[in-house]
Amino acid sequence: MDMREAISRFVRDGDTLVIEGFTHLICFAAAHEIIRQQRRDLTLARLTPDLIYDQLIAAGCAKKLIFSWAGNPGVGSLHGMRRAVEQGEPQPLALEEYSHFGLVARLSAGAAKLPFWPLRDYRGSDLPAVNPLIRSVECPYTKEQLATVPALNPDVTVVHAQRADSNGNAQIWGLYGVQKEAAFAASRVIVVVEEIVPEPVIRADPNRTLIPGFIVDAVVCEPWGAHPSYAQGYYDRDNAFYVGWDAVSREANGLEAWLNEWVYGVGSRAEYVEKLGEDVVARLSAKPRISEGVNYGF
Amino acid sequence: MAVRAARELSDGDVVFVGIGLPNLACNLARATHAPNLVLIYESGAVGAVPDRLPVSIGDPALVTDSLGVASMADIFQFYLQGRRIDVGFLGGAQVDRYGNLNSTVIGPYSKPKVRLPGSGGACEIAVHAARVIVVAPLSPRSFPAEVDFYTSPGQAGKFGTRATLSLPGGGPTRIVTDVGILAPSVEDGELELVAVYPGIDPQAVVGKVGWPLRISGTLEPVPPPSAEELTLLRDVLDPEHLYL
Repeated sequence: MDMREAISRFVRDGDTLVIEGFTHLICFAAAHEIIRQQRRDLTLARLTPDLIYDQLIAAGCAKKLIFSWAGNPGVGSLHGMRRAVEQGEPQPLALEEYSHFGLVARLSAGAAKLPFWPLRDYRGSDLPAVNPLIRSVECPYTKEQLATVPALNPDVTVVHAQRADSNGNAQIWGLYGVQKEAAFAASRVIVVVEEIVPEPVIRADPNRTLIPGFIVDAVVCEPWGAHPSYAQGYYDRDNAFYVGWDAVSREANGLEAWLNEWVYGVGSRAEYVEKLGEDVVARLSAKPRISEGVNYGF
Repeated sequence: MAVRAARELSDGDVVFVGIGLPNLACNLARATHAPNLVLIYESGAVGAVPDRLPVSIGDPALVTDSLGVASMADIFQFYLQGRRIDVGFLGGAQVDRYGNLNSTVIGPYSKPKVRLPGSGGACEIAVHAARVIVVAPLSPRSFPAEVDFYTSPGQAGKFGTRATLSLPGGGPTRIVTDVGILAPSVEDGELELVAVYPGIDPQAVVGKVGWPLRISGTLEPVPPPSAEELTLLRDVLDPEHLYL
């Protein structure tokens, strides 16, 4: 399936959407297609909104953000998000805030189809005072008071992976983030990969499979679909892009001009990559560092 | 500050590493007195040996040659809440007299003067790590008597002490600043000045915090950074001066 069809069929106005990936494997290609198709009133959830949600928010796709750390890592603020929160531009954005552990726990509960998840956290913190969904429960065995967070069950989760077969059996290596929890928690799952491989390639290394195809609704092959994030073994993080985003996004018209050029101005990720140019592709392409296989025989 | 922070680490410590200066300090310690330091990043890298200075906490160089990669659910539940972490490194826009940290908002939450990134993993690190090293330059603005927002718990404060809250970890034990080191007193957990760097007058430090700062009876000696430490930092670990 191509990205246009996947987003058109599986992402709807008003959905709770998770595009996860902790620094690694953040699927910008899916976000850009969502912007092009002008989805509205989305509730966006992610540990780190990152540039990807800064773009979705600035494009007017979001009404609410669920998060645990909102910044441009090592650089500064997310200006698009701040304009929405502080000035209501292009539209107001409600915030629901956790710590990383809290949001990971919400997705773990969602994946396990439990109503909540207990964690030993938040004592001595103001976070529960500003988020009424952070509550507590008495342990029936030890009587300890534990913090709880409610399950998060997204309408749709987008997972970027290095490779999958055509049924969506997806393999990830390098940092996993909360990709597995986010996928299992969701009603609909879109898997986007750097390459589609034959099923025997997946079966030859089953321990690397993070997401089974039978929970996947759409498989999209989108090389360089995570740029400016990265895919271990395929291409490096474009740190210069992240640093440069600060100046691009500082004023609303700068960010809008960027969206016009790089999102609305291209029809697909393939066009985006072509526009990125050979020099950037060469600069970021991963050097080989091959892992030796293991014996799966018996 | 990177050199002072590095010296707070012991060989063999299992360290939960934050981005920026803590990252630099951990890699300096690993290159000098603590070759067996185990670096764990909240992104999932365990036993990382990055051969370039990571710009982000999820840099691919943290994975290459690491001992293992864990999901974030495992990192927070088994490594951190499971009490396998000796040292957590934290920063914060505000540090108060009991070592409470604020990385959420300056001003009221509903109408902040400055909206900061938020907790990330900071709250749970402050709850669970056996000890926490805080790295922050000293100024009255950054060291108020009480934080505007309690993101991560210190030794005591409006919610009570760590003992009354039954917090499993030790909380902030060392606050490494640009002029000296603060540490909680054994009596009441209030931060006091325990060391100043060469050439710094302890009395001049007192006015730089928002509470009447006590000076410890015996100030620890702090040798200046060695030539080896400085060369490593400037030429090997951060040649592009990302953090220095």
